[in-house]
Amino acid sequence: MKLIWRYMRTYSQRIAGSMTIKLLGAVTELMIPYILEHLIDEVVPLGQLGPVVGWGLLMIFTALLTRQLNVWANRVAIDNAHRVSYDVRQALFAKTANLSGAQFDAFGLPSLISRMTSDSYNVQSCVQSLQTMCVRMPMMLLGGIAVTLAMDAALSAILCVIVPILIAVILCVSYYGIPLYRKVQERLDDVVRIMREDITGIRVVKALSKTEYEKTRFGGSSDAMTRSDIKASTIMAIPGPLMQMCLNIGLTLVVWLGAQRVYNGQVKPGVILAFLTYFNMVMQGVMGINRIFIMISKASASANRIGQVLDTEPDQRVLSLQEARQPSGEGFIRFEHVNFSYNASSHNAMAGEEREQCLYDISFTLRRGESLGIIGPTGCGKTTIVNLLMRFYDVTDGGVFVDGRDVRTYEKDELHRKFGVVFQNDMVFFNTLRENIRFGRNLDEADLMRALEDAVAAEYVDSLEEGLDYRADIKGANLSGGQKQRLLISRALAANPEILILDDSSSALDYKTDAALRKAIFEHHRDSTTIMVAQRVSSIQAMTHILVMDNGRCIGYGSHEELIKTCPEYLEIYQAQMGALA
Amino acid sequence: MPPRGLGAKKERPKNAKGTILRILKYLTRYRFIVLILLLFTLASNVGNLLGPSFAGKAIGAAVAEGQVDFDTVGYYASCMLAAYLLSNLMSFLVNQGMMRMGRHVANRMRKDVFAKLMSLPVSYFDRNQAGDIISRVSYDIDVVTTSLSADLVQILTSIVTVAGSFFMMCLISLPMVTCLLVTLPLAVVFTRYMGKRTRPLYARRSAAYGHMNGYVEEMFSGQKTILAYAYENDVCRDFGDINREAAQAYRAADSLGMTTGPTINMINNLGLSLIGMVGAILYLLGGAGMEQISSFVLYSRKFCGPINEIANIINEIYSALAAAERVFALLDQPEEIADLPDAQVLAQAQGDVEAQHVSFGYLPGKTVLHDLNLKAEPGKTVAIVGHTGAGKTTIINLLMRFYDVDSGCILVDGHDVRRLTRASLRRAYAMVLQDTWVFRGTIFDNIAYGKEGATLEEVKAAAKAARIHSYIMRLPQGYDTVISEDGGNISKGQKQLLTIARAMLYDTQMLILDEATSNVDTNTEQKVQHAMQELMRGKTSFVIAHRLSTIQNADRILVMEHGDVMEQGTHEELMARRGVYYRLYAAQFE
Repeated sequence: MKLIWRYMRTYSQRIAGSMTIKLLGAVTELMIPYILEHLIDEVVPLGQLGPVVGWGLLMIFTALLTRQLNVWANRVAIDNAHRVSYDVRQALFAKTANLSGAQFDAFGLPSLISRMTSDSYNVQSCVQSLQTMCVRMPMMLLGGIAVTLAMDAALSAILCVIVPILIAVILCVSYYGIPLYRKVQERLDDVVRIMREDITGIRVVKALSKTEYEKTRFGGSSDAMTRSDIKASTIMAIPGPLMQMCLNIGLTLVVWLGAQRVYNGQVKPGVILAFLTYFNMVMQGVMGINRIFIMISKASASANRIGQVLDTEPDQRVLSLQEARQPSGEGFIRFEHVNFSYNASSHNAMAGEEREQCLYDISFTLRRGESLGIIGPTGCGKTTIVNLLMRFYDVTDGGVFVDGRDVRTYEKDELHRKFGVVFQNDMVFFNTLRENIRFGRNLDEADLMRALEDAVAAEYVDSLEEGLDYRADIKGANLSGGQKQRLLISRALAANPEILILDDSSSALDYKTDAALRKAIFEHHRDSTTIMVAQRVSSIQAMTHILVMDNGRCIGYGSHEELIKTCPEYLEIYQAQMGALA
Repeated sequence: MPPRGLGAKKERPKNAKGTILRILKYLTRYRFIVLILLLFTLASNVGNLLGPSFAGKAIGAAVAEGQVDFDTVGYYASCMLAAYLLSNLMSFLVNQGMMRMGRHVANRMRKDVFAKLMSLPVSYFDRNQAGDIISRVSYDIDVVTTSLSADLVQILTSIVTVAGSFFMMCLISLPMVTCLLVTLPLAVVFTRYMGKRTRPLYARRSAAYGHMNGYVEEMFSGQKTILAYAYENDVCRDFGDINREAAQAYRAADSLGMTTGPTINMINNLGLSLIGMVGAILYLLGGAGMEQISSFVLYSRKFCGPINEIANIINEIYSALAAAERVFALLDQPEEIADLPDAQVLAQAQGDVEAQHVSFGYLPGKTVLHDLNLKAEPGKTVAIVGHTGAGKTTIINLLMRFYDVDSGCILVDGHDVRRLTRASLRRAYAMVLQDTWVFRGTIFDNIAYGKEGATLEEVKAAAKAARIHSYIMRLPQGYDTVISEDGGNISKGQKQLLTIARAMLYDTQMLILDEATSNVDTNTEQKVQHAMQELMRGKTSFVIAHRLSTIQNADRILVMEHGDVMEQGTHEELMARRGVYYRLYAAQFE
């Protein structure tokens, strides 16, 4: 909730303006029944037509004025709300885009998306309603009570008894009801999850003839959701009728006590009538406060979720040269005794998996233009090396150096501009192929064509009618796996990067294309220091250095020829893959 | 979730009458309850209407100082209280009843939709996005049933209240009723006019919002890539434009939309002023007493309330009907063609599979496979190789009868597969697909999925065979470890091994492996391969893999290109031919 105030403060003057206008509108609105009462009680008995029409016209004028004021106030309030939500979204987006790998993991992608979409929406509608409802509703409540007090204190005592009871009920119900709704939400998530699972796994479900089983499984979770929904709705349905009932009892009391006071000459009959109207108004105020309460609790949950992201301190400071480590030797890329574990800041650890150390004492050195192949079983830490080199994560221990400097001394973008990279399962964006390769960089057509050529993508791009202007769908759904990978490789090659990283990025290519790709890189990107993560020995055997990994440890390091002799694991992989010809 | 329209998108149902009838069908189960609840609604509203009349009479008995008939006041005040309390009680019961009914109908609808999904052909899921299907369950059904439980009562309440208070007002004073004849049409005309003007603005708002959400989802998914290319400032700038457009679209729609409330309020207040004036004049002329004016004012407030509501309700009903149509459209999808009435059950398949002159295309006129011929003797291994898009996955779709051939036929043990029941045909295959599928559940459940009543020993044996047992045992909860949706908390390779274990446990005569080991590291792959060969022994197996080592041992290799089989034979034969296969194979050593 603090977050909302913080962002609202920027527009405090405009917000104050909107609330003032709203206040005026509420005052004039309250005047209308008062005028009616005056008309009936004071003016009518005079028996003159003139004043009757006069007061009637005043009432009409007040109604028109009220409308103008309210519309105006709403406009300003909406405008403020959208300024606030624009700011919040912009800040949240920029923050998220710049989160470090560890921070991004800690929140998780779906959660970050929903913070950006539904949470920011909740905040926006809260800011909007706060400005109008927070004036109108208390105004109706307090103003209504004040006016009735002024009219007849004894009768308004009834209100003063009923209203606190109602507010207590509302607080109680919200206190118990809102957690129940959270439960309903969880159950709904279950229902949706099962549905999504079955849609994505429909082939398996059908192949194993599990449709009846799945129906039962879905039925169970759907029933559970229905039960908790009914429970929550039952509780939440109490305040409405209860308020009505209190209102009606109050009305009857007003009539009964009013009659006595009329008899005693303490009030006029018109007062009772006006009272009934104000009574309605006060009740509306109470219900409004109920709504404000629910809204604020919803919005503050959302605001807190947004606040968590915005308040994330950058966990990767740029170190000064004095603070950083010095490399203990030459080399363009150096890993010195690197130890690393992901769990440092992430709390959604993998399925109870021991988030144990991921890299143990990894060291290697590459000179400019040399190349490194990394091979090893799934989950052995190959990708982690890339993550550390590009400083998506910080080492736990040891040092990573690029061009003689600790990577932690580079400005983020300064470091990243040295790289051309294709990640495992990298993204093709919803954009033209051209922009997918260019990626906001200052590259001319010749650069793009050369990159396509080198990535063996020129042929298929040419075969497209629109060529480079062909629009890739979201996640490149209209491209085949191999086409996507070649497009991504073109992106990595296009700017002639100092360091080229290909993380398992040719797996969808057939051997022939893969070979052509390697040849092109070897011939045209001789100056780039290349790191290639792969599963196939054939992809990396020509590299100047090969790192064989297992369980986060280096179990072999050297050239292909050396490893064949010194590393039995490597030899085993090699023989397995090369089959008869090896 | 603030998606779709936020109640603002005014959708028009296409076939309102038919849709209403189908919704009513869901209600027939509850027809007596609904009937009773509707009667209650009526009673509740009548009570609510009588209240002001009693109140007016009670106030009327208090004329002035010393002139109060307390008996009458007391009598009418208690009548008023009784009428109101009865009305409140009834409306409470109705709300509860309708809410419960609505939730139960929603439950039924969800189950119907799900059952329908289970009987749809696989092609439906290839054509439609999961998100869209899911939104019909989570959003559309909710809209329908919310409307059912609220709007039905609301409509009846509105009708009774409007008609009743109009009747009462007519009884009290016809001249004062004429005041309403001025304001009422004004309100109706205004609401309609606003509806027309805001509709395009709301459409623009939804579009802008959707665009923004899409952009956010995409950019967040690719965050690492964006950072790696120092592209984040460009992205933030682009988002600024999209964000601004969204804010503006919202502002435009809401600013206009938010004028409706105050304006309708004003019209009501105008009506009140007129009634006050006319009432006062009538009083002067001796045409109305004080109590008549009092109760008329009360009735006029009751009368106006629902009039304002009706415009909203109509919009809600429209969007509910449109939502119902989307649900029903899904329920009306053609199901998987039923098995032939005389379809045989494939009881003990020998595993003799043959495809004769099969041609097939996903879309009419776009043939993917032309004249495929294939023969797999029992216990033999057939490997299929070729580039992406050569038609390998299609063959599996046809073998499993996820799709039916356009011409030609596929025979299993000499039976045309179309003359077999789908369930028995599919049960005869075990398969491991390229997209590994795990669901949220324990590791045990995930492995045992294909075999009901599997014991822990059997599951462990399968896991050992798939070389994942030791990994599982390293987890703190072992086989009881819960895998999250999509298996986000285990690696791709482990997911693959899990599905292999699942297939191991599911003992069949025929086996389909679609690039089954492409996500497993070479080391593990080798272990798996040994286990696979164990599993494949004596079974007819179809293997699709990029890695040639996987398929060198196959009894027959099919080399596919553009939907045609270019070459068939064993590894040695194909190498000797020095054709497509040879070139493919040699490429890895270049």
